[in-house]
Amino acid sequence: MKAGSKLEKMLESGNFTVTGEIGPPKSCNGEVVRHHARMLKGWCESFNLTDNQTAIVRLSSIAAGKILLEEDCEPNIQIVCRDRNRIAIQSDVLGACAMGMKNILCLSGDHQKFGNHPTAKNVYDVDSIQLIKILDTMRKGSFANEEKMKDEPPKIYIGCAANPFADPFEFRVTRLEKKAGAGADFCQTQCVLDMERFERWMELVRARGLHKRIKILAGITPMKSVKAAKYMRDYVAGMMVSDDIIQRLGKAEDVKAEGINIAIEQIQHLKKMEGIAGVHIMAIAWEEIVPEICQRAGLAPRPEV
Amino acid sequence: MIIAERKPIDEILGFLVKYRKVLVLGCGGCVTVCLAGGEKEAGILGSQLAMASRKEGRPLEVVQKTVERQCDFEYLAGIRHLVKEVDAVLSLACGIGIQTCNEAFRDKMTWPGVNTRFLGVNLNVGEWAERCQACGQCVLDRTGGICPVARCSKSIFNGPCGGSQGGKCEVSPDTDCAWALIYDRLTQLGEVDSLRDIMGIKDWSHSRDGGPRKLVREDLELESGK
Repeated sequence: MKAGSKLEKMLESGNFTVTGEIGPPKSCNGEVVRHHARMLKGWCESFNLTDNQTAIVRLSSIAAGKILLEEDCEPNIQIVCRDRNRIAIQSDVLGACAMGMKNILCLSGDHQKFGNHPTAKNVYDVDSIQLIKILDTMRKGSFANEEKMKDEPPKIYIGCAANPFADPFEFRVTRLEKKAGAGADFCQTQCVLDMERFERWMELVRARGLHKRIKILAGITPMKSVKAAKYMRDYVAGMMVSDDIIQRLGKAEDVKAEGINIAIEQIQHLKKMEGIAGVHIMAIAWEEIVPEICQRAGLAPRPEV
Repeated sequence: MIIAERKPIDEILGFLVKYRKVLVLGCGGCVTVCLAGGEKEAGILGSQLAMASRKEGRPLEVVQKTVERQCDFEYLAGIRHLVKEVDAVLSLACGIGIQTCNEAFRDKMTWPGVNTRFLGVNLNVGEWAERCQACGQCVLDRTGGICPVARCSKSIFNGPCGGSQGGKCEVSPDTDCAWALIYDRLTQLGEVDSLRDIMGIKDWSHSRDGGPRKLVREDLELESGK
């Protein structure tokens, strides 16, 4: 065991794993995080806490992680490379570990142009793959500058993201390979809204044996409306939504119910796909739907490990 | 070359409101090539300033001159007599030229007439694009001759990030994804497998992050007999 988190135990035991996501609020109201933690507790192994997602200032992911721990929920701390240099990131990793956080997910981060401070300077001292490597170096007892730690190294289960829907398509597999090589233990993909493309990506992943080197959790986002699906297809960089999803939502009398049905069918399909270790359910601003999806997709109750 | 763009006329007029006689100083270097601050642009700006100030009832006497290069103290020494006769200088050179003037002409303020934009290339008539950030430690040997520091919106070394689609950057559909360009170029050269290697963390101390930079070449110092 690298960190001994529930997430690590579940993935390493070979059980189909479920992770969720909680977006911290644009305020210091920690009760929002606490509310979601209480609502989702027990439905997922761990919960990603986004790090100022879409470059909008929010309650910090590590502080939100502390609230989750208080609620006996396991956090998965997201760290983006946009806002902090290697000094600040390593300091935050030590701090997060000191408070008992064990899962950390490394991301490049959305460009600040999309957020509420578009005139900010970005950092990108290191990129997401270099960040994985830094965390791997830290858990082996050294800092990024190769200086040996004099005390116990942080225990971290390292995560990364993969986007099979971005380009160049073939290189997306190489990029996952680089992340695994840098030390990532698990990977959560961008939400799958084009299963055909995702399957083609997984074929390439399996051809390189990557699914045996890194645990892959497929991203699931239930669609609430046709408008949302079209927006993701047309305006979100690196996102694909297949025509059949748009058509199904378009024809449905109850669009939300159909969105949930699609998510459940996707999970059932992914459960059978070779190399898929679990699902990462991202229902941002629709967190309350996660229990129903998990229940109906046969993901409840969660096994004990 | 250094790409610059002239500041708006109102901003420039604001700088010069307290003066009666100014020197509009063009530069024969980069700003001449990128049509922002050469002899022609100095002439146009000079006339605009004279007209606008007359209209406002505070006529400004404008002297014009363009030197070979404002970033060279030698060329500035040759116009000292002109600077002596005016209240202030308005430089149309890049930020380097403007600062060199301020160092050379200590008793007068040299105002900036342009915004220095970036180090780049002329693509089409009226279109320039950034190519270098002078990070001090060139990586073009590893990236197919395409710079990720200057041309990737996140300056990442193991791209492309998840926002690259159809060869474009997430920041704008008008911006090429540098890593898509690098991938295509290395594929074309049969070297794409080199991208499987992880590029390590960069030593930014050679960049601006190490503090203001200075280069001393002892070989040249010795040669000059210093």
